[in-house]
Amino acid sequence: MGIILILAPISVALGLAGLGAFWWTLRSGQYDDPAGDAARILMDDSDNRIG
Amino acid sequence: MALTYDLARAPDLSAFLSKDKDGSAHLELLVKGARCAACMSKIETAVAGLPDVSMARLNLTEGRLAVRFTSARGDAARVVATLDKLGYPATPFDPAKAAEAHDQESRRLILALAVAGFGAGNAMMFSVPVWAGLFGQELGPATRSIMLWLSAIVATPCAIYAGLPFFESAWRSLKARKANMDVPISVGVILTLFISFVETFLNGRDAYFDAAVSLLFLLLIGRWLDHRLRARARSAAADLLALQAPNATVLGSDGLERVKPLSEVAVGERILVRPGERIPVDGFIEDGVSELDNALLTGETAPVDVRPGDTCRAGAVNLTGQLRILAIARSEDSAVAAIARLVEAGAQTKSLYVRLADKAASVYVPVIHSVAALTFFAGLAFGLGPREALLRAVALLIITCPCALGLAVPAVQITASARLFRKGVLVKSGAALERLAEVDHVVFDKTGVLTEGRPRLIEAPAEALALAAPLARASAHPLARALAAEAGPGPRATDVVETPGQGVEGLIAGRRARLGRASFVGLEGVRGGETELWFAYEGDTRIPFRFSDQLRPDAAQTIAALQALGLSVEILSGDLEGPVARAAQTLHIDHWRSGQTPQDKAAVIDALTAQGRKVLMVGDGLNDTAALAKAHAAMAPGAALDASQNAADLVFSGEGLEAVADSIGVARAARSRALENFGFSAVYNLGAIPLAMLGFVNPLIAALAMSGSSLVVTLNALRMHGAGRS
Repeated sequence: MGIILILAPISVALGLAGLGAFWWTLRSGQYDDPAGDAARILMDDSDNRIG
Repeated sequence: MALTYDLARAPDLSAFLSKDKDGSAHLELLVKGARCAACMSKIETAVAGLPDVSMARLNLTEGRLAVRFTSARGDAARVVATLDKLGYPATPFDPAKAAEAHDQESRRLILALAVAGFGAGNAMMFSVPVWAGLFGQELGPATRSIMLWLSAIVATPCAIYAGLPFFESAWRSLKARKANMDVPISVGVILTLFISFVETFLNGRDAYFDAAVSLLFLLLIGRWLDHRLRARARSAAADLLALQAPNATVLGSDGLERVKPLSEVAVGERILVRPGERIPVDGFIEDGVSELDNALLTGETAPVDVRPGDTCRAGAVNLTGQLRILAIARSEDSAVAAIARLVEAGAQTKSLYVRLADKAASVYVPVIHSVAALTFFAGLAFGLGPREALLRAVALLIITCPCALGLAVPAVQITASARLFRKGVLVKSGAALERLAEVDHVVFDKTGVLTEGRPRLIEAPAEALALAAPLARASAHPLARALAAEAGPGPRATDVVETPGQGVEGLIAGRRARLGRASFVGLEGVRGGETELWFAYEGDTRIPFRFSDQLRPDAAQTIAALQALGLSVEILSGDLEGPVARAAQTLHIDHWRSGQTPQDKAAVIDALTAQGRKVLMVGDGLNDTAALAKAHAAMAPGAALDASQNAADLVFSGEGLEAVADSIGVARAARSRALENFGFSAVYNLGAIPLAMLGFVNPLIAALAMSGSSLVVTLNALRMHGAGRS
């Protein structure tokens, strides 16, 4: 039975970690421009292209 | 890419820079036409490559470009010029408006939603062993108590944080001595948490921690949907405001041009108004000859000639020549201000409208609370003991949770407005949809609403058209442009000289020719009923071209559709009797009035309202704004003035009028979905209340019933997707 006392806090801690991660993504503006982020991944970072 | 930049001609846009503490400055621009990754990289590379620019980042979703300069004297005009050369017209945001557009409230609601979701999920995790019947076999009372305490520890802070939006709103409403939907929600949540603590402490039967948090989670989804609907309309409105650039080009004493926000223009300043621009403030014309289009002010379609010494009113469009005007009133004191006061009065009457959900709440709150109180006292009377009696009352409050009101109405409205958005109609609020569904009488403005709001050639021999076309192609005058559009592409006249307010003169295949008003081709005292242009070769016959503002192609169809929906239709126009009567006749509209001033229009709406009619006003001009604000519901086309768009509940874009009939159809469908949801909740509550009163409800049943009913109303709301489709 004692295992529950260890596992229950761990599961809550994992949940909190998820909540914290979501808070971070929200604060850093990652939902502000979904269309732009989807397009940005296709852009080249620099002009030093091969060829 | 070589970008040439003409310093001497660029206006000064420094008023749009917001300065930062570290000596840098930033600027926000609305960029039109950026759609893809290629546009984004082109824009960002070009702007970041400019001197003094340290960062340029485009938000593709909203079409906004944020630019950061290394110094406070950043050159905003150069950024605009660069974007213009790339083919993306850009308009700077007023710094105050740019800050408004960043939506803090939405983030707060999402965060509350996330916290509620976390709390609900974890509290349920501890409820599972409690309700899975484990403690009969392995879980002893001590372990069960631990589970409940863990549930309390997780759920309580979450419920308090996630409930704050509701508690605050309930508190505001109570202070105003009213009870909105948030009052029973707050009372329910707080009472539930309290009784659950007592039960946990006493090692009792019922703890509703998970129910309290999931209730908030479901309600927050509804709250967030409602907020998103309004936020999207707000940001679209802000974009429109920026595009219609309430700016003025002010001439400094040093002769330099400087672009200022409208509100900063002072009396006595000299303002430059180029052809095609709107007169920013009331003024006195010092220099320049032109024609003014007062259509948005008065509804009159024929342009008015102006010359130095004349006065001009804010809102008129300068058509042909460049004007220098002396400001004689500030923006707030200009002719538009009188209309603005009427609009304000109208907006106040509109805010008295009680939303469907609030109407339902005014029935729901007293009924449910009296039934809960009755349960408690009846329980005591029948000898249940205070604890059991209170538990039953709380179970009743929880199971009759107002999900249909809190979740289902916003869900219906956001689906409905998403449908309309795809058709090019912007809905400003859920209340607007509710009001639109109640409409029984539609009032149209004529110019720019029933008609296209721009002249089109109606009468000319084909050969004459080909003769005049080369000269028309070389002119910027709206009538000449309409003529050129009719003639199609072809050669242009040479040696063209345009005389503002008169016409254009040039060489066509070596012969001198003129196109313009009658007097310009040597005719005196000729003035037809229609707007017209005359063409003549030097010393040859003069040929007239007549123009008229044509009805929108689907106007007749839309009027017929509205009449088929059982609505009566009327025209209120500021234009002359002839054109209005003709339009009414073509469209089979029996009731029409011409020559209406803004005050007349507002008075007509008032009279109709006094008769108990629910009026939809469709208008675009400044002369319509008061009527738009006073009407039960209001729509404006996307080409309307910003003031009209602000006064309207719905803004439709595109060429067609069909949006009016479509919107009414969708609004009515949304209303029936919402009413169905209320009906469902009533039936559900009728079943749930006796169960709770008799003590058959435990936390497990409450949780299942609550999520089940929310699911049903949401699914019903999604049926909106098929509604209004013809």
